[in-house]
Amino acid sequence: MAALAQRVKGQAATLLARLDAMVALDEAVLAASAEPLAGELVAVGEKVLEAWLAARDAAPTQRQVEGFRLLALHRQGARGDPSFNACRESCRELVYRTNCARLAEEPADAARELRLAAMVARHLVLFIDGKLENAGLGEFCCSSRPLRQTVAALPATAGDQTGA
Amino acid sequence: MDGKYRQVAYYPGCALEGTGHAYNRSTKAVGKALGLDLVELNNWNCCGAMEVKNVDPKLQTYLSARNLSIAEQMGFDTVMAPCNGCYHNLKKAEYDLAHDPASREVNQRLSKKAGHGNYEAGKVETIHALDWIKHSLGEEGLRARVKHSLKGLKVANYYGCMYTRPRHIFPEKDKGPGSESTSKPHFMDDLLAAAGADNVDYPLKTACCGGAHTLSDSDTSTKLVLNLLETAEACGADVIATECPTCHTGLEMHQVRAEKVFGRKTKVKILYFTQLLGVALGLSPRKVGVHENMSESRDLLREKGLA
Repeated sequence: MAALAQRVKGQAATLLARLDAMVALDEAVLAASAEPLAGELVAVGEKVLEAWLAARDAAPTQRQVEGFRLLALHRQGARGDPSFNACRESCRELVYRTNCARLAEEPADAARELRLAAMVARHLVLFIDGKLENAGLGEFCCSSRPLRQTVAALPATAGDQTGA
Repeated sequence: MDGKYRQVAYYPGCALEGTGHAYNRSTKAVGKALGLDLVELNNWNCCGAMEVKNVDPKLQTYLSARNLSIAEQMGFDTVMAPCNGCYHNLKKAEYDLAHDPASREVNQRLSKKAGHGNYEAGKVETIHALDWIKHSLGEEGLRARVKHSLKGLKVANYYGCMYTRPRHIFPEKDKGPGSESTSKPHFMDDLLAAAGADNVDYPLKTACCGGAHTLSDSDTSTKLVLNLLETAEACGADVIATECPTCHTGLEMHQVRAEKVFGRKTKVKILYFTQLLGVALGLSPRKVGVHENMSESRDLLREKGLA
């Protein structure tokens, strides 16, 4: 799990760098490549969801929900972990915004939707990356951490060190 | 509007006595200005928040149920909780007591031991501050009371992740027109639009604020918040309206931290929706605690003729 999380971390950094670059693109560049960029953004979402599933030893589904594998992957990822639903709407927004970008008649609208879609994708990557980082710390809060750590993993106290 | 929420029990919760004090102040001030009564629960306790839930979910159910029991003893059938965490936990306790015999057994045993009435599901309805205003006055009632329209103020409405999740504990939502949506919540949008605000189409209205990571992994929290702020700005928002003290504090703190740690400055302001409604109703920014916010928005309110 730790090695996989580390690999995902590196992958997340690459995805975030690409998304940052996409957000910064000129309106004309975004609008001219609306179709491939929309596809790339959905693929980014799929990739990070696949990483989440792999970290949980699950084989990512090839099925679709409402015509999108991204939504099927999210549904699979939330199974047994209700808190993962905190990114459900981000997945849906990503699909919605990329659809809007593909269908936009005005270049300015296409660019705007793509830029927002990239920001939504960025949130998805950050959220899942954070979830992986904090795996094992408890469902909601770090204050439960000591309760979930094994005795061996706990830092030694002053008493332990002095043998007291 | 049937006015059934004109007088409700009020459960502020711990956050509204601390970092969310401005939310407490503005909620009370708006209620008073609208002629809605809030009666604070006697001797209320923590809802079990995040910490207790992780130690023992049934103990959390008991703690929330005790607050519902107090409301019942005080003669109320409705309790209003403005904090998303409290609202979520009270709703969850209601659901667990209705569907899980083991939760009922623990609640019964602990209530007896503590010497107070045992709360049974179905006696008290938990509502959020958004439900309270939306259902007691509605947009028309609110619009009629607006003294300083928020017109020209571009608002991104941010609900956070606990107001609508998990769906099964909110049986009253997703019931068609007039009800709240769990996938696209709109009550805050509706109320602020009635007050004249220009709501922007904000794609991250229910996205995670990173609150859970804030101590264990501050950088992740800061990056999540920064993305919320930058997206709001990309949508043209002057202000992010909040309805949860944890989200609100996180947005404020990490806005400062994003600039210090990552050198990324954002200008969008952060205000509780009750503060915005308050100034629209003619209350002074001070009366609704704007000066208590970390995010300095008094200049913006003055610029918009709201202060």
